[in-house]
Amino acid sequence: MSASIAVPSAPSAGVPSRSGNKKVLPGFNLTLGYTVLYLSLIVLIPLSALVLRTFTLSLDQFWAAIASPRVLAAYRLTFGASLAAALVNVVFGMLLAWVLVRYSFPGKKIVDALVDLPFALPTAVAGISLTALLAGNGWVGQYLEPLGIKLAFNANGVVIALIFIGLPFVVRTVQPVLEDTERELEEAAMSLGATRWQTFSRVIFPSIAPALLTGFAMAFARAIGEYGSVIFIAGNMPMVSEITPLIIIGKLEQYDYAGATAVAVVMLAISFILLLVINALQAWQRKRSGGA
Amino acid sequence: MSGGNLSQRRVSTTEAPWVRFTLIGVALAFVLLFLVLPLAAVFTEALRKGFGAYVEALKEPDAWSAIRLTLITAAIAVPLNLVFGVAAAWCIAKYEFRGKAFLTTLVDLPFSVSPVVAGLIYVLMFGAQGWFGPWLAAHDIKIIFAVPGIVLATVFVTFPFIARELIPLMQAQGNEEEQAAIVLGATGWQTFWYVTLPNIKWGLIYGVILCNARAMGEFGAVSVVSGHIRGQTNTMPLHVEILYNEYQSVAAFAVASLLALLALVTLVIKSVAEWRHERELAAAAELPPERPVALEILQ
Repeated sequence: MSASIAVPSAPSAGVPSRSGNKKVLPGFNLTLGYTVLYLSLIVLIPLSALVLRTFTLSLDQFWAAIASPRVLAAYRLTFGASLAAALVNVVFGMLLAWVLVRYSFPGKKIVDALVDLPFALPTAVAGISLTALLAGNGWVGQYLEPLGIKLAFNANGVVIALIFIGLPFVVRTVQPVLEDTERELEEAAMSLGATRWQTFSRVIFPSIAPALLTGFAMAFARAIGEYGSVIFIAGNMPMVSEITPLIIIGKLEQYDYAGATAVAVVMLAISFILLLVINALQAWQRKRSGGA
Repeated sequence: MSGGNLSQRRVSTTEAPWVRFTLIGVALAFVLLFLVLPLAAVFTEALRKGFGAYVEALKEPDAWSAIRLTLITAAIAVPLNLVFGVAAAWCIAKYEFRGKAFLTTLVDLPFSVSPVVAGLIYVLMFGAQGWFGPWLAAHDIKIIFAVPGIVLATVFVTFPFIARELIPLMQAQGNEEEQAAIVLGATGWQTFWYVTLPNIKWGLIYGVILCNARAMGEFGAVSVVSGHIRGQTNTMPLHVEILYNEYQSVAAFAVASLLALLALVTLVIKSVAEWRHERELAAAAELPPERPVALEILQ
């Protein structure tokens, strides 16, 4: 469906003419008004409540809340694990997208549908299920434990949960772009004597790189904020396997609203930055595939 | 791969068979490990002590009230976001106006906010120490640690789903058909019902089922505002957590298996909607002069 971004959106009807702001289609004021109202009530006002709340803290209090060693360790884990998981997702997401677009094999439609499972499966279910698999007595864990590999109740578990959560993003951003790449270019490269690998790395890869980067950023952004799947498998030891969202929960449970708010504002700022990065990447991608 | 000329061209833009089989093998192994195995684990763990124990776990009154609360929450949150999604897509896709890109970004914002932060903002608004806390307490209205808070948090996390699905779809379809309807004398509502809606129906269905799956499965945001009162403010995912932490593994996975079934149904509906949509596009493409818009989507 994303192929449809190719902007044939003939905006003639909607474009306000400079003089009279006349629109052929009715409903602009109603829908825009409702959109802005609902957006403000549900999203903007509550989010600004969060930001305003931090101003009741002194700078020292704020700093103490967001930069204590335990919180710093949580940032490190959250960022490190999200980065590792997003990188794994880039490699395997790219592979999956490639296989789904270019090859045919039995069960392809089922695999294609299954890719969206992490979007549809509640995170808590994913969390307990991955834990059951990877714990020392689980299906997979029982074979790994004797080898000295522990994938549950430590930072490894966090990475695995985040790989699961972020899996669809890269596949679903790369897939439509790969479907749209022009075979003629590859044929030209091959007939000019390029090897298959050269064709891939010089012709195909550059055209899907923006999509790959977008998928990476989306998986990363989602992983930063993820809570449900991680807390079951992480073990949640302070300084070792405690993620940032859990810090907020912990502070709330101790009625430390100010501390919770401070950490939440840091997370909000990070997610806002990531959102802008993703938007810029998508604009770049659209320019790459649409224009030129 | 028969037919001399064609097959030669084919060969030139694909990989050697052993490369293909390796790539497919690795991809399938990854899918098996990360997607199939966790899904299978949910059902085997739920049925570990037999079907009787499974049914018994689901008959428990607390499980029932969790299921009921989850259904109520989704029944409120999804229609709210449906109306918003259609309105937002209409104004963003059909018109040009200043600040449109910014508005689109804001609509996406809840996607990138951590669910825990999403729950926290409502605690800061309506909780005992929140902005409206004292006023709500004086009027004996409970939002946090009660059902309204759970609904609000769910509305927040599922906010962009339907709008996100509809905006690119409606942008790609353009305005010509609606304009024609208006010129022929249709009212705005008639244009929407008879022209726009049939065009966006598959995208709409897709958005609604994804929104519904997330609404029923949301954990982080809901867990902050719920207060975990058994039998009263526990949704299904929260009930799963409680049972799991109490080492009632079979019961936890039994409730989880219902959510996993919901996820599977969601995937099936989504795939069917996608295939139907593709087929309609392909059918429309057979009639180029009458349906130029459909052609543009296909390209």
